[in-house]
Amino acid sequence: MSAQVSSNASTSRAPDNHGLRLAVRYLVLVLIAIIFIFPLIFMIMSSLKPDGQLLSDTRSLAAFLPVGDISFDNYVDAFKRAPVLLFVTNSVIVTGVTVVLSLVVCSIAGFAFVFIDWRGRELMLTLLLATLIVPFETIAIPLLLIASKLPWIGAEGLTFGWLNSYQVQIVPFVVDGLTVYLFIQYFKDLPGELIEAARVEGATWWQVYRRIVMPLAGPVVATAAILKFLAMYNQYLWPLMVVQEETYRPVMVGLQYFFQLNRAWGEIMAYLSLITVPVLAFYLVLQRAFIASIASTGVKG
Amino acid sequence: MKRRSLLLGATLASMLLSTSAFAATTLSMWYHGAGSDVEGKLINQVIDDFNASQSDWKVELQSFPQAVYNDSVTAAALAGNLPDILDVDGPNMPNWAWAGYMQPLKIDESKIANFLPGTKGVWNGQLYSIGLWDAAISLVTRKSYLDELGLRVPTLDQPWTAAEFADALAKAKASGKFKYALDLGTAWTGEWYPYAFSPFLQSFGGDIVDRSTYKTAEGALNGEAGIAWGKWWQSLFTDGYAQATQDPADRDNGFNTGAYAFSWNGNWAALGTLKAFEDTLFLPAPDFGNGPKIGAASWQFGVSAKSAHPEGAAAFIEFALQDKYLAAFSNGIGLIPATPSAADLVDNYKPGGPLHVFFDYSNKTGLVRPVTPGYVVQAKVFEKAAADIAQGADVEETLDAAVDEINADIEKNSGYGH
Repeated sequence: MSAQVSSNASTSRAPDNHGLRLAVRYLVLVLIAIIFIFPLIFMIMSSLKPDGQLLSDTRSLAAFLPVGDISFDNYVDAFKRAPVLLFVTNSVIVTGVTVVLSLVVCSIAGFAFVFIDWRGRELMLTLLLATLIVPFETIAIPLLLIASKLPWIGAEGLTFGWLNSYQVQIVPFVVDGLTVYLFIQYFKDLPGELIEAARVEGATWWQVYRRIVMPLAGPVVATAAILKFLAMYNQYLWPLMVVQEETYRPVMVGLQYFFQLNRAWGEIMAYLSLITVPVLAFYLVLQRAFIASIASTGVKG
Repeated sequence: MKRRSLLLGATLASMLLSTSAFAATTLSMWYHGAGSDVEGKLINQVIDDFNASQSDWKVELQSFPQAVYNDSVTAAALAGNLPDILDVDGPNMPNWAWAGYMQPLKIDESKIANFLPGTKGVWNGQLYSIGLWDAAISLVTRKSYLDELGLRVPTLDQPWTAAEFADALAKAKASGKFKYALDLGTAWTGEWYPYAFSPFLQSFGGDIVDRSTYKTAEGALNGEAGIAWGKWWQSLFTDGYAQATQDPADRDNGFNTGAYAFSWNGNWAALGTLKAFEDTLFLPAPDFGNGPKIGAASWQFGVSAKSAHPEGAAAFIEFALQDKYLAAFSNGIGLIPATPSAADLVDNYKPGGPLHVFFDYSNKTGLVRPVTPGYVVQAKVFEKAAADIAQGADVEETLDAAVDEINADIEKNSGYGH
């Protein structure tokens, strides 16, 4: 009897527990969401306020609210202070081209490492993985010395030295160990029968890559693209070293235009809000592709 | 036929000759002012005037944001891509000259005879750079504060002594009217620390490095005077007069909203403060025993070592040294014009002007930071030591460790050519 009572009690308590757990879970998720979203809200709200108010609001919750003297003046001033559109265009060009080239080259490299048997493969893979532990700062100076002497054929014919160009910001970053590694790991998990069947049917390696492997690679393409995009869009040290002309300057170096002796915080926030737009747009587009690719893929588990 | 070809040849030759007569040699120039609209207009005006004034040279400008300028120059020097003319922050010049980025500046030195001492970049007995302006620091307060606290107004001839300054801080704190007595600007990091705070040490009789040889910091930074400075510096924070960790918002806005009784700040912030309080006073630095001292030397122009046309670069720099440009920069960005005659042209700095005291402070109490290639490292070591002491680190130990670090660097670089 007592056992029955306790069992009744436990079944009647179960939904409550479930509801409570759900509530707690949502509370935690909401808190985490707030932690992530608040800096963005702070940035956007601050970009609408004059400096004095922006600084005094940081002491209260008003920092996150569109209160007080609200206007788009900071945006107007930011455009006056720096060629914002030029910097964003430069960064979008450099980032876009690098991401596309990187996806093509690194996926082909990953494919060759996983599916094709060639001499020296293990050694090359080891060397490639070893590059993962080398920080960029350690190779920046040798890379600068090389880039400053490389030949290039362009509108002006053959020239030497890549400084002050788009290619100097793109080419060194097309291939990186991490992206190739991501593709290798993903390709390894694809069912070998698919590839074997295609080879038996007479498909060339190129056809296997184009028709079979890449259509299944949506998730890893999205992941690699997002990582590469962020790394490239946030480039600071390298462009600082190789770009002296404003014409090729990217957004992160451009941010420094706003750090004068008397810092214009409102304009800094306006500039940051503006340069965040391409990042958010890229992420939202890829997020869709990411979900679609998982939903449509025939390979699960 | 022959005559026609002769005629053609003569026409071509005359065309070539005339174009070569008009083809000016391009001089590239780098400047740290990107992002400052006013500064951009001013420097472009000088360049346009220079280019129009003669036909031999054509200066082309490339502007950089200040925060990335030094690193860009270092990288370009490595890649062999330096321009003809560059600007350099005064205390960095010896390092750039020593590292082979710059060459001596050959201009008519009689033209800079009456320039403020801090504007002349001299290294190893040779002029390398010259500034159109200088900057200066003062102890900012309000006349009404001094009256309420019962304090006298110090002057250059009679600055506050250490005891008077201590008394002023104690009274400001005791009044309960202020969040803190003194705004030192600890929120600003980097060069601000050696620029703004090492003059206190020098007024105590110490220094970042021994200037008689530049080969050691022993005795200069950690001697009796250095330790006295360190203890005084630490007491500012332990006595609750100033913040060792300061919110940047307090630095930018604190004094103007009444949070501090005194602010240790530069002339570039002076106009904003005058707008906030009509009775603002810019006082000279206190005298801790060896006279009042403030940091000198701001941005200056020089010629890169790589320039194939140093005479053209020098011609431009000499052209820029006209009083009208010195005055224009001062009017535009609030810096101190390099000559008395230029100061006369600027309402803020002419005798009787609201900022004229800064000209006198720069002239009479300005002290350049140690003139040595090692300064770039010494500045960082000093910054860390000052910050550590402010946070409560042991004074003697911290200064001894700083001396070791500075000396090790000097040794590693074989004395930096001294």
